[in-house]
Amino acid sequence: MAQGAFGRAIEKAQASWKFLVIFIPYAWLLIFFLAPFFMVLKISVAELRIASPPFTPLIATDAAGATIIRLVFDNFAYLWEDSLYLNTYLNSLKISTTSTLLCLLIGYPIAYAIVRSTPTTRNILLLLIILPFWTSFLLRVYAWMGLLADQGTINNLLIWLGVIDSPIRMLYTEFAVYIGIVYTYLPFMILPLYANMEKLDMSLLEAASDLGARPAVTFLTVTLPMTVPGIVAGSLLVFIPATGEYVIPDLLGGGNVLMIGRVLYNEFNANTDWPVASAVAIVLLLLLVLPMMLYQHIQSKEASS
Amino acid sequence: MNPKRSRFLFSVLCFGMAFLYVPMVLLIIYSFNNSKLVPIWGGFSLRWYKVLFQSEDVWAATALSFKIAFVNATFAVALGTLAGLALVRFGRFRGRTLFTGMITAPLVMPEVITGLSLLLLFIGLQGLIGWPSERGFTTITIAHITFSMAYVAVIIQSRLSGMQEDLEEAAQDLGAKPLRVLFDITLPLLAPGMLAGWLLAFTLSLDDLVIASFTTGPGSNTLPILIYSRIRLGLRPDINALATIIILAVTIGVIIFGWLMLRQQRQRERDMHEAAAS
Repeated sequence: MAQGAFGRAIEKAQASWKFLVIFIPYAWLLIFFLAPFFMVLKISVAELRIASPPFTPLIATDAAGATIIRLVFDNFAYLWEDSLYLNTYLNSLKISTTSTLLCLLIGYPIAYAIVRSTPTTRNILLLLIILPFWTSFLLRVYAWMGLLADQGTINNLLIWLGVIDSPIRMLYTEFAVYIGIVYTYLPFMILPLYANMEKLDMSLLEAASDLGARPAVTFLTVTLPMTVPGIVAGSLLVFIPATGEYVIPDLLGGGNVLMIGRVLYNEFNANTDWPVASAVAIVLLLLLVLPMMLYQHIQSKEASS
Repeated sequence: MNPKRSRFLFSVLCFGMAFLYVPMVLLIIYSFNNSKLVPIWGGFSLRWYKVLFQSEDVWAATALSFKIAFVNATFAVALGTLAGLALVRFGRFRGRTLFTGMITAPLVMPEVITGLSLLLLFIGLQGLIGWPSERGFTTITIAHITFSMAYVAVIIQSRLSGMQEDLEEAAQDLGAKPLRVLFDITLPLLAPGMLAGWLLAFTLSLDDLVIASFTTGPGSNTLPILIYSRIRLGLRPDINALATIIILAVTIGVIIFGWLMLRQQRQRERDMHEAAAS
């Protein structure tokens, strides 16, 4: 009997230990990751007021002393009616989609070239792809300010070569934003593609060419279909953060490029309109929820396999 | 491989590496420029390094950033390792789907949303329970831990699922208690993953601008916040000098880490060889 009670006590201790392992990170994420979203949601249905905090409460008491719940959807209506916001969302999606395609076009052959090189070179090349990752993101964007400025390196070089007489405006244009996004997010595209291609059975490619398939045909019918998982993962890793990007449009696009992350930041900091900023955040989240769920699905499939 | 294709792949690599590295090399070169105007060469000089080292703001911001990064990385490894263990070793438990969701979401969540939502939470909490009474070190660190632990959890998760459970099972069969198995078997096997996670969390924290600018308060400038406030107005040669120091420090760090990893791997291969030979 005593044995049984002792066994149960051990089992209980074990269970509570397991409970703690789950509970500690779970509680942290509930408080600091999930709860904040409900704050955003709550404030997005409040009204702006000049007070501290600068929005109306969700639950209030009216003049008669009854408790009422106030939901105001004016902020969302405002986003829909003001063409600035709609255009900004559309422009963000256009920029992030185009940048994702550019990253894919540049990153795919690079990933392929890394996979096809000898093991030693491969490790060095991978290290070179990852290295910029570890240096400051902000300073890599800054590097392009120096290259693209009117008095910058590229313009100076072109004038010195006699190609142009007066500087071409590149900094503070949409072009600069594309360069910035492709430059900073390219490793996010290359690494998943590489991870996918590394596992590929190269003998299939050889079989195809032995059987007389032309390189282009081999690529389209064998290589490309097999690398779809890598393409999807890489594209999502570029597309999702690029859509909400703030630093790149602000530093390289100046005031000329409308992107939603920048509008949100300014709405909050410069205009201190918290309800509208929260509504902007909710709509941005809704835009990205599908790609984010897709990414999570891929991640969990990857983890379980 | 036919020569035409290998030439194509070679030029692709050259282009890719040039695209990644030319901007950084130019950034470094111009840090030694004597001229006040960044892109116009006025002779070699170290004057911007002197300006940088004499700037007290830079020192204060660097100290704050390192302090945040250190505390963040330590907490993120603890929480992320627990989360990874829970996800891989405990099978199904109630609320698992939500847990997985909360672990992967910060990896792809736009920074503006994470930053805004955490700030609103801190302000809400302050109104409700009076904490945090001011924003700065604590609030930035909490924000950083929240997204860093997700990265650590993913690293630990992939290491754990690649690790075979037989060592842990053997220890258990020999009568080791669960906690003993955890500390004597599982955690030592996880140590390289935890180290990698710590370094990643440290770097992510040092690098973050957006989330820190949302969750900071007056007077608490991290290094990225300081850099950003300066370069928003244009090119600054002292920032080039700072960039050079950061790039060189990271490069040396990564090379040493890579070399250690390679040596460890070779050692392991040699050990296995010898074990097989004997």
